Amino acid sequence: MGVGLQVTNLNAWYGTNHALLDINLPIPANEATALIGPSGCGKSTFVRCLNRMHETNPIARVTGSVRMGDIDIYNDVSPVEVRRRVGMVFQRPNPFPTMSIYDNVASGLRLNGFSNRRILDEIVERSLKNAALWDEVKNDLKKKSGASLSGGQQQRLCIARALAVDPEVLLMDEPASALDPVSTAKIEDLIFQLKSQYTIVIVTHNMQQAARVAERTGFFLNGRLVEFDATHKIFTNPGDKRTEDYITGRFG
Amino acid sequence: MMRLRFQRSLDDLKEKLLVMAGMAEQSIQRAVEAYRVRDLSVCDLVDHGELAINRFEREIDQMALDLLAMEQPMAIDLRFILAVIKINADLERVGDAATSISDRVRELEAFPVAELPVDTAKMASLASGMVRKALQAFIEADATIADSVLSMDDNVDKMNETAYFTLLNVMKTEPHLAPQALTALMISRNLERVADHATNIAEDVIFWVRGADVRHHMHENETRPA
Repeated sequence: MGVGLQVTNLNAWYGTNHALLDINLPIPANEATALIGPSGCGKSTFVRCLNRMHETNPIARVTGSVRMGDIDIYNDVSPVEVRRRVGMVFQRPNPFPTMSIYDNVASGLRLNGFSNRRILDEIVERSLKNAALWDEVKNDLKKKSGASLSGGQQQRLCIARALAVDPEVLLMDEPASALDPVSTAKIEDLIFQLKSQYTIVIVTHNMQQAARVAERTGFFLNGRLVEFDATHKIFTNPGDKRTEDYITGRFG
Repeated sequence: MMRLRFQRSLDDLKEKLLVMAGMAEQSIQRAVEAYRVRDLSVCDLVDHGELAINRFEREIDQMALDLLAMEQPMAIDLRFILAVIKINADLERVGDAATSISDRVRELEAFPVAELPVDTAKMASLASGMVRKALQAFIEADATIADSVLSMDDNVDKMNETAYFTLLNVMKTEPHLAPQALTALMISRNLERVADHATNIAEDVIFWVRGADVRHHMHENETRPA
């Protein structure tokens, strides 16, 4: 099951660049939360703070707290444990090109010490089914490489890889922006299905996509969270003029 | 970077709706004038105007549909286009009410002129005044003006109710005037509907400007249906 996140007074820097300013945000469990905003507004930095990826940059710094259920992810657990529990899918599908489909999905489990063949088989199958890819690849699991799949299939393979380590939260940074409309629709349908098991945070430039898949939406601008509300409210009657100007294309 | 082309399209849509609004308003005024002076040539103008109103209704809906499909508008732009679609339908109904009054005037040709104790002219003035004010609210994107239209509707409702009992009495006490009284009653009912359409238009302006659904006496702070 997914678990909710509570972000409190989060600030992030790249060197002297103060990229996120005092972000306070509750992310409910088993919902999709969309983050929108113009390029450079801080939304990708924000999601990278949710699985402690931000701090992998040597000049980056974070203050504030991110709680996942009862756990403070910056104080109570290791970054490796955080990244197991908070999976991430990126804009461009990034399967390991030399690995088979099976090995791509199993890679995270093997890194975590899993070696039991039967359990690996079960988890790979379940993950590919959850990522709505199983039927398309079940006959070629070990014959084909991840790179041989189409772009949309590769992205679902990356989602399966993220699901295999049994995360509670799934971060998606522009997961469909490199895909055609049919593959995009499959990813969006998948997000809908995954919500029952995982908490999803999706960064997107596609506002219709945010409107379609997310229960709540946050609008970032210049490193600040301008507005966070139910998605229907944000897209029909936002409370802040800056949100309205952005989503109606008056700036950005 | 503003979506200039889209904004120009919204302006075009608004302008087209205002042309239609002008026709609908003129139509109701002509219909009432035709009744007042019993002039069938004015009825012809009403009928002619109805064809143009119907054509505009289709064209405006098509423009709105195209913008929804091509531009995927959001927030105030989305509310504006929805408001236009609904106002468009209300204006077409105002045109229908004018045609209905015009039809009654034609039927009256067979009967002598009768002085009836109802002030149809005043009611017409109130109802078309409401339409004008609702459209002013639309032109100026002013929800306060729209609010004032809502409070005017009760007056027209009361006049219609009074006309009903008055004309019923005429039909009972002076049966030979029943056709004229019945016509006056139907015209009163049409004018009351025009006022209702003006109220709908005002509500749509409030929805567009404030994002609030005030239909059916809903308070602005009440939550939307689940």
